Amino acid sequence: MTIMTATGLTHRYRCGEIHEFRAQGADFIYLVTAGAIFAADGMTRKVLDLLAQHGELDHDDLVRALVGDGLSAMDAEELVRELRLARAIQSTQAVHALMPAAPPADYPLQALVLNVTNQCNLACTYCYEFGADKIATPSGKPKYMSLETAKSSVDFLLKSARQREAVHITFFGGETLMNFRLLRDVVLYADEAAAVVGKRMTYSLTTNATLLTDEIVAFLSDHAVGVTVSMDGPPEMQDARRVYKNGKGSYAVMEPRLRKLIAGHKTRAVTARVTLSAGVTDVQRIYRHLKHDIGFHEVGFAPVTTSGEERDYSLNGDAMTGILSDFEALADEWLEYALQGKVHGFTNVSETITELIAGTNKSHPCGAGLGLLGVSPSGDLSPCHRFTDADTHTLGHIDTGLDQGKREDFLTRGHVASKYECSTCWARPMCAGGCHHEAFVRYGDTGHANLHYCDWIRQWTDRCLQIYGVLAQRNPEFLNRFAERKGLQ
Amino acid sequence: MKHLKPINAKAFKIESDMASMEEDVVALQQTPRPHVPLGCSLSFSPGWEVDATGGTAGLCQPAERDIYDCYVTCFWPVQMADHVNYSPDWASNCAAATKDWRSLDIVFP
Repeated sequence: MTIMTATGLTHRYRCGEIHEFRAQGADFIYLVTAGAIFAADGMTRKVLDLLAQHGELDHDDLVRALVGDGLSAMDAEELVRELRLARAIQSTQAVHALMPAAPPADYPLQALVLNVTNQCNLACTYCYEFGADKIATPSGKPKYMSLETAKSSVDFLLKSARQREAVHITFFGGETLMNFRLLRDVVLYADEAAAVVGKRMTYSLTTNATLLTDEIVAFLSDHAVGVTVSMDGPPEMQDARRVYKNGKGSYAVMEPRLRKLIAGHKTRAVTARVTLSAGVTDVQRIYRHLKHDIGFHEVGFAPVTTSGEERDYSLNGDAMTGILSDFEALADEWLEYALQGKVHGFTNVSETITELIAGTNKSHPCGAGLGLLGVSPSGDLSPCHRFTDADTHTLGHIDTGLDQGKREDFLTRGHVASKYECSTCWARPMCAGGCHHEAFVRYGDTGHANLHYCDWIRQWTDRCLQIYGVLAQRNPEFLNRFAERKGLQ
Repeated sequence: MKHLKPINAKAFKIESDMASMEEDVVALQQTPRPHVPLGCSLSFSPGWEVDATGGTAGLCQPAERDIYDCYVTCFWPVQMADHVNYSPDWASNCAAATKDWRSLDIVFP
C-alpha cells in the first residue's frame, strides 16, 4: 500500500513557459502564461540551469542536486514547490499551454470610432483607406456621416457600455476636420446624453492638421478633445508620401497650423503618429524634429501596412532592422530620462511599459470588436476604423445593432489560442498575433498571426523588459508614478 | 515567496494567490494532525482509499457511520447537509441512524 506524502512526489519537471532576461547584472523571468515579471535569485537560476542542461529532471534528482549545492533538504523542497506553484517550472504531465480565457460575449462597449467622413483633402500614397492595398468599398455609400447617424451612435455607445462609468468617442476619417461641424454637434449632444445617464464621456480625434483654424483649436481645447496628428517628420519626409492629390507636399500647409494647435490646446496632450515607409525610416531624426522642433508631447511610430506585394512605400527586412536599432537607441534615451525621474515622449516604449506594469496577458491583440467598434459614415459597424466601409467586415448597423454571429466569428478567429504559431511564442501576452487589419491585408484572414514581424516584436519586447528590469531595481518609484498617471493603480 | 520577487502587478497577484494557499487551506497541513474521523478516506482517487491509520479496515462501510461522522465531526466539506447554518433540523427525525436513516431527506439549498 502506498501513502502519498509531500516528500514522496513522483513529479518530473521541465522549465515552465518563461522568457529569461538580464538587466543590471540581475536575472529576471517573464512568465508567459500570465504576463508576470519576477526578479529571480541565485537558487532559481540554479534550478533553471539544471533543467536547461538536462531538459527534464525527477523531483528527487532535482532536490538532490540542490542539496549538493549547499541547500538543506527542506529549503530545496520549498524552492522547488515555490517555482512549481508560480509555474516557473512545470511537471512534465502538463501538456496544455495556458491561454487567456475569451472575454464574455456581452462585453460592454467602451469606445466608438466615428468615421465622420471617408473623404480626405490629402492623397497619401500609402493610405490603407485609399491606397493600393485598400480593403474599403465606399462606392455608392454616404461620404459624410449625418447628424442623425452620429446621434444614434452616441445612444448606442451609452446603452452598450452598460455599467461602465466612462466611455470614449474617437473622431476619425478620411480627414476628420472635413466634417468639423458634425464633430462639434456630436460633442455637444454626447456631453448632454452622457450626463443624463450619469456617465463620463471623453473625446479624441485624428487629423492631418491641414484644416485646423483658431476656432477649431479653441473648441478642441475647451472640450478637452485629445488630438493625434498624422505626421511623418521634417519637410522632406512628410512630403515624401503625405501629399495633396496634385502631388504637392503638405508640410508647409500644416506646420503653422500645428504650432497654433500645440500652443493653443491646453487641456490634453497633442501626440504625433508617424507612419514609417521606404525612405522614411530615420526614427531618431523624426523624433527630434517632432518632439523638440515642433513640440509634440508624445511621438509614436508604426511601420506602413502592405499586402506583401512590392510597393514603392514597402519596408524591406533591412529597413525594419534599421528601424529596430533606431528604436533601441531612442529606448535607451527613454530609460535615461526615467532614471532621472523624467518622462520621455517616445510613445512606443511608454505603451509597452504600461502593459508590462499591469502584466497584460491578451486574449486578443487589441480591443477591436470587443470594447471598441468603428462606425462608417453610413452607420455600418466594423471591428475598428481600419475596416470602415469594408463590406467583408461589417458587424451590423448602428440602427439594428451588432450582428453577434459575425462578431463572434471575428473574435474567435482573432483569439490568440486559435493562432497556432503563437502557442510557442513567449511574446504572445503582449502581441497576441498583432493587428487584425494588417493580418487581413497581408494574409487574407484577420485571424492569421502577423508572421512577418515576429522576430521584430520579440526583440522589441525583450528590450522593453530589460528597461523594466533596470527601473524595477534602480528607480521603482518611477514605475509607481508612471502607473498612477496611466490610471493603473 | 522567497526566491522569486514580484515586480509587476500580475506577479504580485500570483504572490498573493500563493500566500492564500499557504494560509487558508488547513486540512492536512496542520500539526498536530487534525481529527480524521475513522471511516474517512484520506485519498480520493479510486483504488487508493485508505483510512486514517493507513489501512482499509476502517473505511466507510456502514452508511450510517458515513453519514454521521461526516455530518457531526468531520472538517471536510463532503456533500452533507449544512447543519450549522441552513438545515439545523436535518437529522431530527433520525434518532437512531441504523433504523431511521430512511427519514433523512434530501436538502434543497
